[in-house]
Amino acid sequence: MTFGKGLSRKPSQPKGRQLDEAALEDVRVLLDGESRQRDLLIEHLHKIQDEYGCLEAKHLKALAEEMRLSQAEVFEVASFYHHFDIVREGETLPAPLTVRVCDSVACSLKGADALASVLESGLDPSKVRIQKVPCIGRCAAAPAVQVGKRAVDNASEMTVLSSVYAGEIEPSIPDYVGLTAYLADGGYNVLQRVRSGELKAEDIAEYALAAGLRGLGGAGFPTGTKWKIVNDLPGTKYLTINGDEGEPGTFKDRVHLERDPHRMLEGALIAAHAVGVERIYIYMRDEYPAVLEILKTEIALLRENGIVTSIDFELRRGAGAYICGEESAMIESIEGKRGLPRHRPPYIAQVGLFGRPTLNHNIETLFWIRDIVEKGSEWFATQGRRDHKGFRSFSVSGRVKSPGVKIAPAGITMNELIAEYCDGMDEGHSFKGYLPGGASGGILPSSLADEPLDFGTLEKHGCFIGSHAIVVFSDKDDMRDVALNLMRFFEHESCGQCTPCRSGTEKMVALLQDETWNKDKIADLDVVMRSASICGLGQAASNPVASVLKFFAEEAGS
Amino acid sequence: MSEAITFSLDGKTVTAAEGESIWQVAKREGITIPHLCHKDAPGYRSDGNCRACMVDIEGERTLTASCVRQPSEGMVVNTETERATKAREMVFELLMSDQPSREVHPDPESDFWQWSYKVGVSASRYAPCERPVQDISHPAIAVNLEACIACNLCERACREVQVNDVIGMGWRGSHAAPVFDLADPMGLSSCVACGECVSACPTGALFEKSLMDEEAKVRAVYPDETVDSVCPFCGVGCLTKVSVKSGKIVQVEGRDGPANENRLCVKGRFGFDYVASPERLTKPLIRRDDAPKDQNIELNGSNYLDVFREATWDEALDRAAAGLQESYAAKGGAGISGFGSAKGSNEEAYLFQKLIRQGFGSNNVDHCTRLCHASSVAALMEGIGSGAVTAPFRAALDADCVIVIGARPEQNHPVTATYLKQAAKKGSKLVIMDPRHQGLMRHADHGLIFKPGTDVAMLNAMLNVIITEGLYDRQYIAAHVDGFEALKEKVSEFTPEAMAPVCGIDAQTLRDVARLYASSGKSIIFWGMGISQHVHSTDNVRCLIAMALITGHIGRPGTGLHPLRGQNNVQGASDAGLIPMVFPDYRSVEDPNIRAEFEDAWGRTLDPQRGLTVVEIMDDIIADGIEAMYVMGENPAMSDPDQHHARKALTTLKHLVVQDIFLTETAWHADVILPASAHAEKLGTYTNTNRQVQIGRPCVPLPGEARADWELLMELANRLDLDWTYSGVPEIYEEMRSHMPSLAHISWERLERDGTVTYPADADDTPGNEILFGDSFPTEDGRARIVPTDLVPPAELPDSDFPFVLTTGRMLEHWHTGAMTRRATVLDALEPEPVVSMHPKDIRAAGFTLGQQVTVETRRGAITLTLRADRDVSSGMLFMPFCFSEAPANFLTNPQLDPYGKIPEFKFCAARIAPAMAEAAE
Repeated sequence: MTFGKGLSRKPSQPKGRQLDEAALEDVRVLLDGESRQRDLLIEHLHKIQDEYGCLEAKHLKALAEEMRLSQAEVFEVASFYHHFDIVREGETLPAPLTVRVCDSVACSLKGADALASVLESGLDPSKVRIQKVPCIGRCAAAPAVQVGKRAVDNASEMTVLSSVYAGEIEPSIPDYVGLTAYLADGGYNVLQRVRSGELKAEDIAEYALAAGLRGLGGAGFPTGTKWKIVNDLPGTKYLTINGDEGEPGTFKDRVHLERDPHRMLEGALIAAHAVGVERIYIYMRDEYPAVLEILKTEIALLRENGIVTSIDFELRRGAGAYICGEESAMIESIEGKRGLPRHRPPYIAQVGLFGRPTLNHNIETLFWIRDIVEKGSEWFATQGRRDHKGFRSFSVSGRVKSPGVKIAPAGITMNELIAEYCDGMDEGHSFKGYLPGGASGGILPSSLADEPLDFGTLEKHGCFIGSHAIVVFSDKDDMRDVALNLMRFFEHESCGQCTPCRSGTEKMVALLQDETWNKDKIADLDVVMRSASICGLGQAASNPVASVLKFFAEEAGS
Repeated sequence: MSEAITFSLDGKTVTAAEGESIWQVAKREGITIPHLCHKDAPGYRSDGNCRACMVDIEGERTLTASCVRQPSEGMVVNTETERATKAREMVFELLMSDQPSREVHPDPESDFWQWSYKVGVSASRYAPCERPVQDISHPAIAVNLEACIACNLCERACREVQVNDVIGMGWRGSHAAPVFDLADPMGLSSCVACGECVSACPTGALFEKSLMDEEAKVRAVYPDETVDSVCPFCGVGCLTKVSVKSGKIVQVEGRDGPANENRLCVKGRFGFDYVASPERLTKPLIRRDDAPKDQNIELNGSNYLDVFREATWDEALDRAAAGLQESYAAKGGAGISGFGSAKGSNEEAYLFQKLIRQGFGSNNVDHCTRLCHASSVAALMEGIGSGAVTAPFRAALDADCVIVIGARPEQNHPVTATYLKQAAKKGSKLVIMDPRHQGLMRHADHGLIFKPGTDVAMLNAMLNVIITEGLYDRQYIAAHVDGFEALKEKVSEFTPEAMAPVCGIDAQTLRDVARLYASSGKSIIFWGMGISQHVHSTDNVRCLIAMALITGHIGRPGTGLHPLRGQNNVQGASDAGLIPMVFPDYRSVEDPNIRAEFEDAWGRTLDPQRGLTVVEIMDDIIADGIEAMYVMGENPAMSDPDQHHARKALTTLKHLVVQDIFLTETAWHADVILPASAHAEKLGTYTNTNRQVQIGRPCVPLPGEARADWELLMELANRLDLDWTYSGVPEIYEEMRSHMPSLAHISWERLERDGTVTYPADADDTPGNEILFGDSFPTEDGRARIVPTDLVPPAELPDSDFPFVLTTGRMLEHWHTGAMTRRATVLDALEPEPVVSMHPKDIRAAGFTLGQQVTVETRRGAITLTLRADRDVSSGMLFMPFCFSEAPANFLTNPQLDPYGKIPEFKFCAARIAPAMAEAAE
């Protein structure tokens, strides 16, 4: 019996890892003047990762000590997010430079895997680390790569290597409408009207309802209704802004913020003042370093110019976790924890950030507020086609001639979108099918390209529009490969909390690699994932598989 | 209270109370819903992650986890729809695909397999994922993560129930798995081995090695029977379930007792095999005629026959009794003394003091309470007329402010510590005051690391703030308290500014903490040996009592005074009269009326004067007073201060009878050794720190010829012609109870039925009173009395020869003198050797290397042991546990006594430290 036997620890010290005084000093220097409150854990982990290129055990121990957390609390958060590199005693430090090659569906179509292999063989792994990563939101410029924090669009071995050798690793900041220009154009006038009391929460809510504005992160919940719910709740409230645009194929929020960030910031302040929140938290994905830089700069300017007054912004940086785009997981992440979606009820509008009522918005939703108030609900509502209301920002990628963010009418069809906004299909490619709503919205065949695209129109085909992330496939693309790519993404991004998603995505990936898909096993997995997963990730993860079986059955070998 | 919610469950109209989950209602209604990550036990939050308990709610798109969902009015819930049944089956099939098969599983009887069977899943069609590696680095617990279902119950057990915060859920997706600290091997992590994770794990991925095969992969042991009992170690009094296989204990689990709600610590859960140690005494021993007494002797299993020879029971008992009688004949009661034990049962304690008093007319009977809380009892008796706690420790959960001073519950009362940490987590303000840093301070609002020995300065400064700022409760004082004016005058000179340099805590903090304590609606104080083991210890306690009395923080839920009692039965042994000044229930031996009652009952004239205390007895032996001694279950050769002196006293005795389960350091000096019963071998009652009287039951047979202690007491009594005729433990209990009003309404029958009853109880069928003194105090006039205090420095201050402050105490794994725990395999594996702890900065400054052998010396002796670097120990201090016979800390300690409690100053003496001779010579 092994009872009583084990590794003997050193009698020269108490149990567990001991504090390294020098590491504690390192951490204290990095955290100088910063609050140690629990919800800043991820922010503080970033500081260490940015400074040392990784998270060494001694620094994690020191951070735990400094924040009065347990080592386990620090570890579980650090290990949840892919942008943190934990290095335990005796392990090798990561290479000083990381090159992230996006291998999500749009980039994969354009040869991301081959590019990653080429780069891997051409670079010294002790100096440069090649990582295949999920969607970095540059699908229109596939294959997309990040060298350090510098994005390389339409990447090739040459362009990536030249960035590496030139040491271009900081984000390049695009030209955008800065505060001065935005103010000159009448910016923040609507905010002024809210602050002066001329426009009240109910008024703004009515504007949004009449305009038909809906949550454009993917859920499509009527914005005005959400405001009314939160507005009616007493006590401390928060506004959270979901900038964790991780749905493969989606990049509209990034484009909006890289062009005209104040439109969103004004929308946020309008909502915040109308509903009376305590504070605004912007959760921005770490894959968008340029956006983070822009927001940091512009929010500082807003403070300097007295535009931000009582209700301030707090900018929080994600750390590489798609699941944090799920609103309750995002709230957990803002609280400095692992991004595990919460059970509903209660809904976050009632019990959200720090247990308080929380108004949560997608970037684009807020982006439209100023226009709707200035130009009127009617103006926005009439922009749609076929009785659908308003504009939508479609992120279009894949086999079209002119991919990109297309601000097009709600209710437009896929055929119209390709023809009117994308200059048709790529040369030599014929339209075969498309993702209407990123990785989770299912796959539709070209035969269903005359359906109006909007919330609620595609469900009858087992699909949904979600974040309006359109990826177009052609006769050159294997739909099995597409489904496998998407399922791998879900497996990689599952938070691991519930059995159906944690195990289901893993088992599904294995099944999809079989020569012939086993329909029974897949169907049973589909049932449990769809009906018993905690959140939308697991519930929708099998959508592309179901779509392939439904619309491209011959490709599944059955 | 909101109204009950009515909803439909499987077609039946049912009601749910507020906060009840669908799963709980279903259970009440007899509907079985599988569950894995939901643990149906106190303290466990439902997490709803495993999805084994999914049910269908009409009108909802997806299924819902019944363990986390609360029903709403009119909801229609079905547990048996096709998709709900299918989903649950699939959950089990998915989980099973990654499990080892049942035949080679860590625990084939685990919840997982039981539920799989009920759900009807016995195999999986899906391929397994990658198997994680085994971690058997911990001496007690095997970690086979291949059986893990990532349900995070272990994390909740560790973080939310025991609040040890060692386990987290690392990584994500299909890689999600429990980790210890920074994904360290369990055995090298900060794990304190409370074993809560093991008891929570629904698969056996975390499992007791004691039940497993050689590789710690597959379960190999299934117990024959399980006995309900109580833990033998500390004063917390955790109720236990003891599982036995072939006459040996193989597993201990917690039961839902009032003090522990299923929780245990490493000692209670894994420290059980000392009972089966080959070192147990199994035959009576008599000192050989050719073996002189030598205070420097060291005996062990192989050389003890050089000194002792085996004897029959009759010879040993005759010899034991004759020696005592001889001294009695020569010197009367003044020549006899007895040390009973706080580890024995109430009945043993009662019989022991009765034997000494009835047999020899002597009050020289004491026990180790003298070394721990005697001063607390003295101050409490003087102040409020009762020496026991006024509220149980779980009252901390009701308190707004909790002060813990001079105590390290995480080491010494680990299960109590879990409640203190939970209180802090749910918002109570926690204040920890101790000369050493400790883990609890991470959870505290204030951690005051004060200069050792300056308790009175710090506490009087707080009293000063409370009084000068008018934060005291005038009405309460007027109604219940005497002595306020004298206190006011006394503490007026103890301003925070004046005391800050004395105690090392800045004035502002002293003010903040005083205000916090006084102004909170409900405040409670806990203290331990750090308060009571000083020459000024009674004064320390007087200050704490004064704080509670002037603020009225006593007698209400969430308020009170709680000295954390050390031994499992130190409360009960004291209650039973194992004290030189009092009969059972603290009734004075010097009161003629009380004495008359016992003289009538015991049929002889009793000693009208209080007897000598532990340390006084040792001095009296050396001064040629006492010449015979009977020691039952105590180990003064390890536990008393200045052991050269104590051991010299033991060898000076003409006659020493030691009744114990091991050949203790005290037994080395005996004339007769009587092999006795371990806790797990006998029936008896034990009273914990909360005043809960609880039953311990025999689980395993006595080894060899060893006998039950009460029988040995009776054998000796009858050799002294006392004519005892007890038929068993229940009869002894009832006789004891007849002398103890405190046990009114708590009959043996009731204890048998309830297993645990808090005293005092007002009626046979109502629960005992947990919170005492709401209306008045058990003093003559019903009022409490404040006794003001002055500064008394420690007896021996550091100087240039002995520049460090040496303080002593316990380690989590080792109990008291280590007699039991050093012989428990797991505990000794976790802390196998003597160490002295010193702050790393002091180590660097002195040029020492951690881990080297050092010699620590005081004016009383020197010992050599391993140097440990420990940031908990303040600069200028040394800390040493007193459980290691290889390096007995009490060779060094100062025997100076507190004048009231007669307790020695274990917590403070002057010492020096140097590399050990051998190393220095290298």
